[in-house]
Amino acid sequence: MIYNIPYLVVVGLILIGLFAVMFKRNLIKIVIGVTLIESGVNLFLITLGFRKDGVAPIFTGLPEGVNYPADMALPVPQALTLTSIVIGVAVLALMLSMIIHLYRHHNTLDVSKIRRLKE
Amino acid sequence: MSILDTFVAHAPALIVAIPLLGAFLVQLVGRLHEKAKVVFALLTILLTNCFLYLLTYDVFTNGIRTYIFGNADLTLPVVRILFEVDAMSIYMALISTTLILVAFIFSWVYMKDNTGLDKFYTLMLLLTAGMLGMVFTGDIFNFFVFLEITGISSAALVAFWVHKAEAVEAGFKYILISAIGALFVLFAIALLYGQYDALNIAVLAQSIQFTFLDKIALVILLVSLAMKAGLFPMHMWLPDSYSRAPAPVTIGLVAATLASFYGVLRVIFSLYGGIYSGTDLALLSTLTSTKFMGSLLIGLALLAILVGVIMALRQTDLKRLIAFAAVAEIGYMFLGIGTWMAAKTVHVDPDGIATAISILPYGNLALQGGIFHLFNDAFDIGLLFLVAGVIFFVTKERSLDNLSGLARHMKATTIFFIIGLCAVAGLPPLNGFASKLLLYESTFQLNPILGIVAIVGSILLLAVFVKVFYAAFMGPDLIKTNVHKEPRSMIIAMGILAAVIIIIGLFPDLFLTHFVEPATDALLNFSSYTNAVLIGGV
Repeated sequence: MIYNIPYLVVVGLILIGLFAVMFKRNLIKIVIGVTLIESGVNLFLITLGFRKDGVAPIFTGLPEGVNYPADMALPVPQALTLTSIVIGVAVLALMLSMIIHLYRHHNTLDVSKIRRLKE
Repeated sequence: MSILDTFVAHAPALIVAIPLLGAFLVQLVGRLHEKAKVVFALLTILLTNCFLYLLTYDVFTNGIRTYIFGNADLTLPVVRILFEVDAMSIYMALISTTLILVAFIFSWVYMKDNTGLDKFYTLMLLLTAGMLGMVFTGDIFNFFVFLEITGISSAALVAFWVHKAEAVEAGFKYILISAIGALFVLFAIALLYGQYDALNIAVLAQSIQFTFLDKIALVILLVSLAMKAGLFPMHMWLPDSYSRAPAPVTIGLVAATLASFYGVLRVIFSLYGGIYSGTDLALLSTLTSTKFMGSLLIGLALLAILVGVIMALRQTDLKRLIAFAAVAEIGYMFLGIGTWMAAKTVHVDPDGIATAISILPYGNLALQGGIFHLFNDAFDIGLLFLVAGVIFFVTKERSLDNLSGLARHMKATTIFFIIGLCAVAGLPPLNGFASKLLLYESTFQLNPILGIVAIVGSILLLAVFVKVFYAAFMGPDLIKTNVHKEPRSMIIAMGILAAVIIIIGLFPDLFLTHFVEPATDALLNFSSYTNAVLIGGV
């Protein structure tokens, strides 16, 4: 049971993020929603690589008496997560810079007041 | 080994690496001279094209190419990424690079008064690298990375005119859609990785069991990629970003959208190809879900066609109108896939026992039509967007209410618009006719209503663009006197697209047998895609 808690957190994070993206009106809160989804997905990836009593997957610094690769945590999900975090930073920066421009144009962060592109 | 062989051997890597390197070198080259940027960007894309032609020749003569980054042999730890290039990837890559080449030629004059042009070319080249990576990669996580590169660079390009509030708004919409879509793609990848401990598409495809989790992953992948491809009802971002971006960017966006559509094809035909294109009797239990999914796609595609044309009819903004026509065109492509899935039937002997499963011949015809239409959509809609770009450049007007009598001043543009109009409405002898005829013929055999709706959609598209033609090109002269002739670079850019449209329209059978059929066969031949990795010693 205790090992399932991360998965529940993952689902919770993604749902909260989706809720924020869909129903919040403040642009910053929408971006927070996106980052919440991203954290959820990253946590999911990391959790997949978990191995009970596993050591860090460092090939050269293997402690005595540890079997390679059976006792290591899986390295691939960690690599994927790192990549995903880097991409996430780029997306976040781009979104925030667009929000700065939108704020300059409209003097508000409220989505309902910004929306001009309709039909 | 001659130098040419070396080039061919490393072409898959170079085709992605050259635009990527060029993207950052543009910043340096731009310091030299104002025009050096665009010349350098053009040279980069031309070089990419040369390598792509070499690779095209190689793939069409020798079959699927794999290219390994990292460990070639499978000793632990296996650290590697794999590119897998088949005829379908080549087909997509040819479309993307041609469109980007045209976009660069078009931007020669179109963007000349803008500041920050080095950033424009950097982003355009990054977009190219992302799209080419998406279509070449054989590794599903790598696909996600390239998807994000494409998404980030195209969102930044949509908002390139930051002084316009609408452009930034459209860009924000696009990045939101693309970020969420890509994150869900990553979630689905994690689901697959957790079950099968692999990221390679071929390895995953071989081991997929179609468990409950696999179905969830399939739905998430299809929904998020179809959203990025602009399938109804997830098309709402598409008219905004297409219409607010500068014209050369719109062409790039058309290509980026098609790269996402390629993702849909890869998921259905390669990742889950064992289930969907397999004709084993053991797959009898999945037949209902296949047919259901086919019907769902057909339903959405028909709605996309109808909603696209009806929304296009009531637009007054020219670029927005063309964008809604693009929504309808995307519907035609999904119609092809949906019909293919729904055409899978079980043959029963008189005792009611299933003897065989097969895909009826019209299914493959529909798929061919859809894939052919992918090309036509890119070029027809691309040409129309360029015409809209020229009109905007010359008159600074985007609303049809304020345009009239343009044919008096811009003869070449008028001719190109007529070509685009006929092609997009599927009139013979242009290319749109050939692909739409394939679709009408095949969908009619599944259900006559599908064929009828598809034809009605085409007729309405013709009505839409005839309306535009009368509003913008006919009638009295504009009161404004600053209407001048279109610059020569824009005529060249439109001319390239129009020439391709006419040539393919005149010889559709040649194009069909030499490009569309190999691409379709590459998609349908699931085992050769997986065997190229699993048995080919890599």
